[in-house]
Amino acid sequence: MAPLLELENVTKVYSRGFLQKTSNTALNNVSLTLNEDEPTIMTVAGESGSGKTTLAMLLLGFITTTEGQIRYKGEDISKLQGEAKLTFRREVQAVFQDPFAVFNPFYTVDHLLAVPIERFKLAKSKAEARDKMEEALTAVGLRPEDILGRFPHQISGGQRQRINVARALLLKPRILVADEPVSMVDASLRATILETLRSLQRDHGVSIIYITHDLTTAYHIAKSIIVLYRGNVMEAGDVDTVIKEPQHPYTRLLIDSIPWPDLSRRWGESATMVKEAEGSQNSTGCRFLSRCPHAMERCASMPPLFQLHRHQAAACYLHASRPEIVPERLTELLPV
Amino acid sequence: MKPVLQVENLEVTYYTDSGRARALDGVNLALYPGEKLGLVGESGSGKSTMALAMMRMIKPPGRIEGGRVIVGDVDLTALSNDEMRKARLSRIAYIPQGAMNSLNPVTRIGAQMIDAIRAHNPKESRSTSEERCMFALESVDLKRSVFKMYAHELSGGMKQRVCIAISILLRPQVIIADEPTSALDVVTQRQVMETLDHVQDQLGSAIILIGHDMGLMAQFVDKVAVMYAGRLVEVSTVRDMFTNPKHPYAQALIRSLPSLENKGVFQGIPGLAPSLLRLPTGCAFHPRCEHAMDQCKTKVPGVTELPSGRQVACHLFTSEGTTMDAPMRMEAV
Repeated sequence: MAPLLELENVTKVYSRGFLQKTSNTALNNVSLTLNEDEPTIMTVAGESGSGKTTLAMLLLGFITTTEGQIRYKGEDISKLQGEAKLTFRREVQAVFQDPFAVFNPFYTVDHLLAVPIERFKLAKSKAEARDKMEEALTAVGLRPEDILGRFPHQISGGQRQRINVARALLLKPRILVADEPVSMVDASLRATILETLRSLQRDHGVSIIYITHDLTTAYHIAKSIIVLYRGNVMEAGDVDTVIKEPQHPYTRLLIDSIPWPDLSRRWGESATMVKEAEGSQNSTGCRFLSRCPHAMERCASMPPLFQLHRHQAAACYLHASRPEIVPERLTELLPV
Repeated sequence: MKPVLQVENLEVTYYTDSGRARALDGVNLALYPGEKLGLVGESGSGKSTMALAMMRMIKPPGRIEGGRVIVGDVDLTALSNDEMRKARLSRIAYIPQGAMNSLNPVTRIGAQMIDAIRAHNPKESRSTSEERCMFALESVDLKRSVFKMYAHELSGGMKQRVCIAISILLRPQVIIADEPTSALDVVTQRQVMETLDHVQDQLGSAIILIGHDMGLMAQFVDKVAVMYAGRLVEVSTVRDMFTNPKHPYAQALIRSLPSLENKGVFQGIPGLAPSLLRLPTGCAFHPRCEHAMDQCKTKVPGVTELPSGRQVACHLFTSEGTTMDAPMRMEAV
């Protein structure tokens, strides 16, 4: 089993200021492996500011790590050059959250699809390029005649997002980093986009890293889940177990906040502090301390991951009786 | 009780290069004080157009072709442009989609709130206005210090709550919120919705929540109106809608909801939303409808009021209640 993408003790710190440096750890010591012959769908969940998008940016090579290394097919992605870099760029694709921001308003939407075809020399003639574009658009449930030749402002948000998925599809990637791909799309289209993503994994062998705050869609599409809070892994494991029996207070808060389309299940039945935490940004303790209803004295130091089952671990002293697991072995918790 | 908002036969058309698009087609709606209505539908079904039309903010190539919007006892469609400008925010307030990104980055939050008040009450004293702002900020659970802050110092949820605070400055009777939480994460979303709920309790105004998240609707609203291709196809209480949806489109919407029981089953709605430029004849939903009959292809179903007070626009139910005729289509074949 050759690893396709490996993260080894990756940490990202953003610092600002010149004389009075303030730093913010966006991602703290995360190790992960995706294998070549086992395409999977992995969810990275957390609220805004949890480091989800930082992880996506790191994976795509847009920003560099502060500590640790990211390897693609065994090579450090920050040192890739020439042909290898081009291959990495083609094989690791992204779909971003905001379908409104990625389009250049001066070009028709064809541009977004035509550029990758041209750059990666995917087509020999204009006609072939057009066929490819039409094929990709049809695959995501759009009518090419409604889309091609139009300007971004003339089409809806759902259509734009599907064009982004179509663009990623066009390049036949190995890994797709999907950063909140459906959060701005209609519920009825959501199903179509998620189904498209799943068929990418099942039929085309693409591994998908699905970044989201929406645990309902994560539950339906993913195999495994990692819950982040302020850059730290709070809970990880099999998606069924984590969502149905969350063990970390933060995961419970996330699941409790889902607006279920179910009248018998009202919001906030279990009381949790919903307030945003203030201050204590750089404390050494558990990041969730200030919002946690179960806060104890020992939470002042950072809890390690405690393994609960074969496929579940939570970083919380409530489970201190369980065996610890080192962050490097995080991948073992995640079923494929 | 008298409805606080009445929408009668509202019609909006966009005149595009490729033809006329009827974005709203004879929409009728009544809303009582303190009521929360959810307006759901696919993108392009006319939800936002409806909000804009109620605010009289439709811009060319769009035009309000007919109908009335009555708030309290004022017919908004009969007001002059200047009077309408005054009515916005004081009678009917609108929180547009992505409102939180439209805060001015270079002026303080307070100045923007004062601006809004000045536009309506130029004579109000500075201290009264400021007090009004503070009150609004506190109602949305923000600190008074936010008044002196800039937008970039606030998180997404706080910015959205600032927008809610601005919308309630002049105590409007109707608040329209267009997807107020679509860019926020679940925890913040819950906070913002709780804020909106709390604010409404204080003011007693009616709220129209536009969105496509049925989960949010189930948790927040009292009544749900389902929109399809510019027409309201069903208006029911939230309980009826979730336990026994009538219109086939509403049924499909409810069925497509994810839950923890049916893992991995994505029941999207088959087919695509029709283009408003090429609406199918008869009922616009008939090509996607599993119950489509012959008459659905030719005759637009009128709105049927069922004995339980629900309104459905579908031929399946015309025999069960009293039906108002569908609006005449001039270009109908």
